[in-house]
Amino acid sequence: MCLAIPVRVEQLLENDQALVDLSGVKTTISLALVDNVEVGDFVILHVGYALNKLDPVEAEETLKLFAEDNQR
Amino acid sequence: MKYVNEFRDGKKAEQLAKLIATEAKPEREYRLMEFCGGHTHTIFRYGIDDLLPSNIKMLHGPGCPVCVLPMKRIDAAIELALSPNNILCSYGDMLRIPGRARMSLQKAKSKGADVRMIYSPAEVITIAENEPDKKIIFFAVGFETTTPPTAVVLDQAIKSGLKNLFVFCNHVLTPPAITGILEPAKQKNITLLDGLIGPGHVSVVTGTLPYEKLANTYQTPITITGFEPLDILQSIYMLIKQINAGTCRVENQYTRAVNIQGNTKAQALMSKYFELRDSFEWRGLGEMPYSAIKIKSKYAHLDAEKHFTLVERTGTDNKACECPAVLTGQKSPTACKLFNNPCTPENPLGSCMVSSEGACAAYYTYRRNIKIKNVDSTNNQLRSANKHAS
Amino acid sequence: MPLDIKSGTIELAHGSGGRAMSQLIDQLFLPAFNNKYLNQKNDQALVTIPGQRIVIATDSHVVSPLFFPGGDIGSLSVHGTINDVVMSGAKPLFLTAGFILEEGFPLAELQRIVLSMAEAAKNCQTPIVTGDTKVVEKGHGDGVYINTTGIGVVSNGLSLSPTNIQAGDKILISGTIGDHGTTILASRQNMNFCSDLVSDSQALHDLVSVMVEAVPNIRCMRDPTRGGLGATLNELSQSAKVGMMLDETAIPVKETVTAITELLGLDPMYMANEGKLVCICPPQHSKSLLAVMRSHLKGREAAIIGEVIEDEHQFVLLKTGFGGKRIIDWRYSDPLPRIC
Repeated sequence: MCLAIPVRVEQLLENDQALVDLSGVKTTISLALVDNVEVGDFVILHVGYALNKLDPVEAEETLKLFAEDNQR
Repeated sequence: MKYVNEFRDGKKAEQLAKLIATEAKPEREYRLMEFCGGHTHTIFRYGIDDLLPSNIKMLHGPGCPVCVLPMKRIDAAIELALSPNNILCSYGDMLRIPGRARMSLQKAKSKGADVRMIYSPAEVITIAENEPDKKIIFFAVGFETTTPPTAVVLDQAIKSGLKNLFVFCNHVLTPPAITGILEPAKQKNITLLDGLIGPGHVSVVTGTLPYEKLANTYQTPITITGFEPLDILQSIYMLIKQINAGTCRVENQYTRAVNIQGNTKAQALMSKYFELRDSFEWRGLGEMPYSAIKIKSKYAHLDAEKHFTLVERTGTDNKACECPAVLTGQKSPTACKLFNNPCTPENPLGSCMVSSEGACAAYYTYRRNIKIKNVDSTNNQLRSANKHAS
Repeated sequence: MPLDIKSGTIELAHGSGGRAMSQLIDQLFLPAFNNKYLNQKNDQALVTIPGQRIVIATDSHVVSPLFFPGGDIGSLSVHGTINDVVMSGAKPLFLTAGFILEEGFPLAELQRIVLSMAEAAKNCQTPIVTGDTKVVEKGHGDGVYINTTGIGVVSNGLSLSPTNIQAGDKILISGTIGDHGTTILASRQNMNFCSDLVSDSQALHDLVSVMVEAVPNIRCMRDPTRGGLGATLNELSQSAKVGMMLDETAIPVKETVTAITELLGLDPMYMANEGKLVCICPPQHSKSLLAVMRSHLKGREAAIIGEVIEDEHQFVLLKTGFGGKRIIDWRYSDPLPRIC
C-alpha cells in the first residue's frame, strides 16, 4: 500500500508504458493512471504503475523548508 | 536516488529534531498516531522515535491492509489456490499470513497449490494469456493506493476479452478506518490522539479533501505525510505547532506528490469498476460500515466472489490478543501478554504481528525494549578509521 | 560414439552407471576438470596431505536461474565451497563434485556449467578430484543440482572460531553487501529490472591468505551467504554470546542494490553475498587489517562496520544515519518482496 518511490521517465513506450530509471536500474511500468507524462518527468511508482507525477518545484520547496525551519 | 536521498539527510534530521524539542511544551504530552504501515516502517527503520523528546508518544495505527484482512478472507484465498485448475496470484506480503489451522498460501504451495508471487498486477494479465486452460485469480488487497492498479487490470481483462481472469477483491478504504479509530474514543469522551500523521500514497490517489471532514469532526489536526524520514519529522513538527495553537486543520506536507483533488483519472477508473460494500470485517477492529469495496455486479464475470463458491468459515483470534487495542493506539505492543511469548513474526497470533508493517511486528523486529549504551564515540572512531584507510 | 553436446539432452541412462554414463564422464566432465587424480577414474581420490590440520566443507547448490549475471550454478558451487573452507584460514587443496541432473537437460548447457566450474577451480588452484553423477526423471529436479565438498589445510598458527570473539573487537566486511541475492531476485523471469548489477560470486582464498598473514590472531571469519550479513552476524553473536553494534553509514552498499531493494521493499542486510567475508578482529589490529584488505582487489571496498559489545540479549544492533538505533533481527526465513 505504501511502498512507492519516485522514478525518472527515460522513454515513452507504446500501450501506455514507459521505461523508467532509478539509480541506474531500469524497468518498464504502466502510465495508465496518469496523463501528459514526458521524458524527464518523475513519477511515483507503485506495484508497476505510475500513480502521479512528482512536482519538482514542490520538492525543492519542501527541501528549502527544512533548511528554513532549521534556521529559526 | 533523486527525490529520495535528499529526504534522508541525517544532519537535517538532527536539526529538525532540535526544532521539535524546542516547540514541544515540556509540561504536556503529545500523542501522535501514524496511520500508515509504511510510516511505522520508516519510523522504526530510522529510529525516529529515538530523536523525539520523551513527551511525544507515537502510537501506531491500523494502516496495514495485510494486518486488517480477516482470517476468513485468507482462508478463502487458500481454498481457491488449492483447487487444481486455479492459479492464485498474490503480492509477497500475503504469502506467509496464517489462516485457519496455521495454513498459509506458502504452505498451500508446498501442498501443490499453484500460487504465484507477483510484483505487479500487470503480471496477472500475462499469466492469464499464457495459461488459457486455467483460472487465474488475483488476490487483490490494499488501500486506495493499490486499488487503481487493480482497476486497470479489470479494464485490460475486458479489452483483451480474457475469460479466465478473476479478481478476489479485498480493497479497503482509509477514511472509514480513521473513523473506526477515532469514533469509539469520541463516544467515550476520551482524547485518543492529539494529532494524526496522515497517509501519503493513499492521498496521492484520493487527494487531501477526504480528510477535511475527519479533522473537523474529531477536532484533530492531520498532516498528509511523505514516507522519507525528513517528511515524518517535518510532519511531527507541523502537528506539534498546530496542537500548541489549538487548531485542527489538514496540512499537506507531501506537496511534491499530493494535491487537494488527487488523481482524478485513477478515481474515475475505480468508480467505474467498484462500489461500496455495506459492511466489511476488519481483523482486530470488527465490522465497519462502508469501509471496503467490491466489484460492480455489471462485471460479475470477473468477480471471484461471484464465480467461485467460497465457504465462509469463522476463524477467531486468540482471546488474550490485544490487537484491537494496539491497532487503535490504546495499548503498546509490549503491553500484550502474548508479545514475544509466543507471538512473534514467525508465529503470529494476531493481525498486528502477521505483517512486517504491523505495529507489533515492527516493534519486535526493530525494538524489543533494547537498552543501549551510548556508543556515539565508538561510531565516530569507526568513521575516522574507514576514512584513514582509504 | 561421440556425445552430441551441442543439441543432445540428459537421458536417464546417463545416471545408470553403464556405458552412457561412462561416455558422459569421459567426454564432458573429464576433459573439463582434467587432473591426475580424476583421470584415474576411481570412485575416490587418493591424495597426500602433509601432517597438518584438515578442513572439510560441503555445500549443495540449487540456485535458480542456473545462469545469472556474474556467474552460474557451476562457478557458484566452486566459490561457495572454497569460501567455506578458507573462512577457517585454510589453504584449499581439493574439491569433489556431485551432480544431480534432470532428464532432458540440454548437454550444451551442462557443458557450459562444467566449463565454468573448471575455470573457477583452476583460478583457485584447487582441482576437482572425484565426483558422482545421478539422473532423475523429468520434472523431479530444477535442471541441475550440484554438491561440492572441499578440503583444505590450516597452518599451525591459526585457530579461528566464534568462541574467540570478545567485546571490543572490530567487525569488518570485505566489500559491498547484497549484490548476489539482489542479482538473483532481479533476474527472475517476472521481474523486469535491467541494470549493470552482477553477482559478486568469487573465491576468497587469496584475500584470506594475505589477511591471516598480516593478522594471524583474527578471531573469526565467515562468508554471509543465504540470509545475508544480518543472519551471519546473528549466528556469530549467538555462538560467541556477545552483542554487536553496527554503524549503518559505514556499511558499503551499491547504488543499484539500494535501488532494487527499495523497489521491492527488501533490506540489503538480508540479501545473500557470494564473494564477501565478515571478519572479527582484535581492535589493535583492525586498522592495519583494513589497509591490507583494501590493497587487495577482492577487498578494495572493505570497511570497519561495527564493534562487538557486551550484551546479555546477544542482539545485533544498528545505529542509523539518524542517530537512532534498531535491532538487526535474525530472520526466520527468506525476505519476500512487499507492496506495503
